[in-house]
Amino acid sequence: MSKNMMSKNMMSKNETSVSRRGFLRNAVKGSAAAAAAACTTMVAAPPEANALVRPPKPLPPDAVGLLYDSTLCIGCKACVTACKEVNHMPPDVGPAQQGWNAGGGDKPIYDSPVELSARTLNVIKAYSHGTGATKDAAENGFAFIKRQCLHCADPSCVSVCPVSAMTKDTRTGIVNHDPSACIGCRYCVLSCPFGVPKYDYNDAFGEIKKCQLCKQQLAKNELPGCADVCPTGATLFGRTEDLKAEAKRRTALKVGEHAHFPRGDIAGKVGGPRDGHEKLVEAAYQPHIYGEKELGGTQCLAVSAVPFDKLNLPTNVPENGYPTLSEGIQHTLYAGMIAPATVFAGLAYLAHRNTKNHTDE
Amino acid sequence: MPDGHVDLDAEHIGDLDEYEGALAGLSRREFLTYCTGVAATLGLSPAFGVKIANAAVAAPRPTVIWLSGQACTGCTESLLRTHHPSLETLILDTISLDYNETLMTGSGHQAENWKQQAMKDNWGKYLMVTDGSIPTKDGGVYCKVASKTYKDAVLECAKGAAAVISMGSCSSWGGWPSTGVNPTGAVGLNEIIKDKPVVSVPGCPPNPYNFLSLVLHFVAFGKLPELDDKMRPKFAYGRLIHENCERRPHFDAGRFAMEFGDYGHRQGYCLYKLGCKGPETYANCPSVGFNDVGQGTWPVGTGHPCFGCTEKGVGFTKGIHELASLKSVAPPNSYPAVAVDKGEGMSAGAAAVVAGIAGAAVGAGAVISSRLGKQDAKTESSSTAAE
Amino acid sequence: MSSQAHEHQPLGGRVLTLPFLICAALVAVAGVILFQRYTQGLAAASNLNDGYPWGIWVAIDVVIGSAFGCAGYVIALLCYILNRGEYHPLVRPAVLASLFGYGLAGLAVLVDLGRYWNFYHMMLPWYAQPNSVMLEVGLCVATYTLVLVVEFAPAFLERFGIEGLRAKLNKVLWVFIALGVLLPTMHQSSLGTMMVIVGHKLSPLWQSQMLPVFFLLTAILMGFAIVVWESVMASLNFRRPMETPVLSKLAGLMLVVASLFVVLRFVDLIVRGQIGQIFGGPQSGWFVVEMVLMISGLALLIPKANRNRSRALFLSASLLLAAGILYRLNVYLIGFTPAVGPWHYFPSVKEIMVTVGVFALEIALYLLFVKKLPVMHAVHPEHG
Repeated sequence: MSKNMMSKNMMSKNETSVSRRGFLRNAVKGSAAAAAAACTTMVAAPPEANALVRPPKPLPPDAVGLLYDSTLCIGCKACVTACKEVNHMPPDVGPAQQGWNAGGGDKPIYDSPVELSARTLNVIKAYSHGTGATKDAAENGFAFIKRQCLHCADPSCVSVCPVSAMTKDTRTGIVNHDPSACIGCRYCVLSCPFGVPKYDYNDAFGEIKKCQLCKQQLAKNELPGCADVCPTGATLFGRTEDLKAEAKRRTALKVGEHAHFPRGDIAGKVGGPRDGHEKLVEAAYQPHIYGEKELGGTQCLAVSAVPFDKLNLPTNVPENGYPTLSEGIQHTLYAGMIAPATVFAGLAYLAHRNTKNHTDE
Repeated sequence: MPDGHVDLDAEHIGDLDEYEGALAGLSRREFLTYCTGVAATLGLSPAFGVKIANAAVAAPRPTVIWLSGQACTGCTESLLRTHHPSLETLILDTISLDYNETLMTGSGHQAENWKQQAMKDNWGKYLMVTDGSIPTKDGGVYCKVASKTYKDAVLECAKGAAAVISMGSCSSWGGWPSTGVNPTGAVGLNEIIKDKPVVSVPGCPPNPYNFLSLVLHFVAFGKLPELDDKMRPKFAYGRLIHENCERRPHFDAGRFAMEFGDYGHRQGYCLYKLGCKGPETYANCPSVGFNDVGQGTWPVGTGHPCFGCTEKGVGFTKGIHELASLKSVAPPNSYPAVAVDKGEGMSAGAAAVVAGIAGAAVGAGAVISSRLGKQDAKTESSSTAAE
Repeated sequence: MSSQAHEHQPLGGRVLTLPFLICAALVAVAGVILFQRYTQGLAAASNLNDGYPWGIWVAIDVVIGSAFGCAGYVIALLCYILNRGEYHPLVRPAVLASLFGYGLAGLAVLVDLGRYWNFYHMMLPWYAQPNSVMLEVGLCVATYTLVLVVEFAPAFLERFGIEGLRAKLNKVLWVFIALGVLLPTMHQSSLGTMMVIVGHKLSPLWQSQMLPVFFLLTAILMGFAIVVWESVMASLNFRRPMETPVLSKLAGLMLVVASLFVVLRFVDLIVRGQIGQIFGGPQSGWFVVEMVLMISGLALLIPKANRNRSRALFLSASLLLAAGILYRLNVYLIGFTPAVGPWHYFPSVKEIMVTVGVFALEIALYLLFVKKLPVMHAVHPEHG
């Protein structure tokens, strides 16, 4: 009965619809098989043979960064304070301190960040287990970890930013953020595998904030705030290649050995030469340099005596950055916009032909 | 008294009033104030001051035999510098210090005989105190008194001691004589006396009030105060210097003196970078101070980094300007944990709203589908009817 | 032309009905909350945080909302590209639903954007960052919304009698139809690609290089399901006859797409070696619910007779829609674990009310448009 209400157009096409339906069904079946095959090749192929994977990016030639040595860190938080001063960041109040430290609104009396935030670019956090008696022990011990931007060789935040607000310096490799370009989509916040860029949700005109390796200080040939004040050289500035070599030297040290630990800039250039200090190696280093291989490598590295997963850093991660995967897909599908253009041509042809039929009626 | 305060004049104190000379020229009130101060050092309530005062004047006074080994006599010297009241008067009258090479007037055979007599008379009851380390190399020849090696003297005396106290770092773990190549094989008392607990009051010198408090605790309660794993009284060695240091806020704020006499040093900044061992040294120096001249009279207070004299493996072992390694972090909640809970979970209101929306969707779906079911039935019956 | 003019007609009737007023009230509530959001920041109106920078305003309003808006896409695909004229009666309501779906998704983006005043930077070539999936999605969605406006324009022009312009537009409409099919294909698949970069933070049950394929499939599936839903709701609420014969054909296509989705999903899990995650992985419960919804939805359509029963059609469409919603929610929120946690997120009441407001606005506008503009296919008097 309701057939009557259909357009004549449909009635006239009834004869052909069987073969058409058959075609459609076959097309769907065929595309299902093709898709299944594509799926198999897509996800099972080794990365180098996989068309959907973009090759990883190397470190820039003059990549600079920081080496954080958890065994040297004494948790004095001088770096946290210096970072705030150098970058003109406001104090941050952790949730546990809200009750007494809020200071009646925006003026807390004590800076007590618990995590990186739009007010904190650098924070020292403590791992603690059992009695927490021994420094740098995973069992019944404690250890510190410095959280800040690691300045990836292949940063996700730069790859996802739609408006080029997040950029990676081609020479120094520092990942910069330009709030005047930013639209506040927070895709960088979502995508960062290390949870670094942060947005200020309490500000109607909030900005994304992240460590930019004190590029304003480096421009004056001064050290980044954290490396400048670190009393033990736990935070050491330098070229990433030099820092990697230094990290390798440290991870090879044996317990009971006396070793020299530099402070400031490992090359003694930025911020002028500084005295290092001798120290007994009291805890065995993990034979792993965090950031050497993780997700395509990072310019800021870390060594520790406690396994990095205990320090709540992502450890079970691939050796290539995630942009190699997402950009792989995008570059394959949209290379030179050829595929979309071809599809558009086909669609336009069909639409043109078919709408003509329709209006002809 | 409910608030812990004691009316000092009202309490009856043993034979105090009859005990001529016991107060060494102190008034009764002054004496009680002193004992209450001792109680405070021990972390006890003021009411215990009376008990201590009672014990201090009870007769017979406990015998103390004090032996000295390889030492600089600094420990004894520092004891002499307590001023409220002057220690010598009190200690000589409160306890019976029967042998102390620095303080006794006798010498030679007379002194040695007196020691033997005191040991015999008080066998099993006397307190043995030593300062100075014990040489063990070459049969212990490096320190002899009355043609006996110090080691033998110590062993002999310890046999009849009710309690053994090692005063100062040398006696506690070898101190400066054991440093470097340790030419005399100097060791602490606890390595010689194995059958008795050796209570240790390390320091170079130790704070005399820690010693006084320990002794008076023993006298007053007949037992030792709570000790840590290194046999040190917890009331004095329970906390790191770093925890009570008056310069701690500078550490927390990252303000460090970079070299002696620089701006930061003159401003009283933290001495960590100059090698202060406060973060790895357990002692109450910052809270008790020395020489009874007021706050700030301790090494860090006067601008010198702590060198860890109370701590085996730190004092006389680490270089003075070598950086301290952290023993613990305090207060422990001042560091965020690596995994802090962040963000807001489900609120009751939000859960209710979501449940409401879900319920409404399912309900509407049910209503619609039942209406459609009826419509279907109608359609199907009408189409069968048409056929 | 004249025949077409009678093909569609406004439904007429009162505008200020109870459902319309309820929707308007919900929109007003959302408006008040949005005032707070714009004066005090995102935290004043939402539980968004740095672990979950994207909450339901993205996952539901944009990602799921735009899938609701795929009705116009799938119908245009069927009607104009595959030349299945029988779907023609569904085109206008579907395009209208899409217009609102996408228009309001765009609106929701402006609510969610932290620095919305810079929004136009997306359109400026010197800001463009071609590697960004977000850029592609943003430009695509914006363009597609314009395309939908053009696709819907005939209804306006017809209503206000601007026939000259309408004739001109008809001549070039094929360009917009082609774009209207190309653009959703691009951005709906890219909505999946968007989450590829979060890597290990998305549970291996969902994280895959196949995400774009799955998002495209769910977009098509949800588009179909929305067409069925809309048709059912229209026939019930406006007392119109059911378009069951057309819908039963759609149902066949839904069955094919849903089956393809389920099969590919399992193939993908097996190939990636993550099939074991189904059993007791942290988020496996949600995977199971998603699959049960999807499979029960498609199972209802397997008996051919069911495809002619409006109740079975409706139930199946609802289940498949729910499955699609849950799949997208799983990828964007439930299966997502932020780095350096633990982080918590559950939308606040205010946040939910904004989302409700957005959908309420969609419904209110839809009700208004179908009553005042020639959207619905004309029903011949003998059936009225």
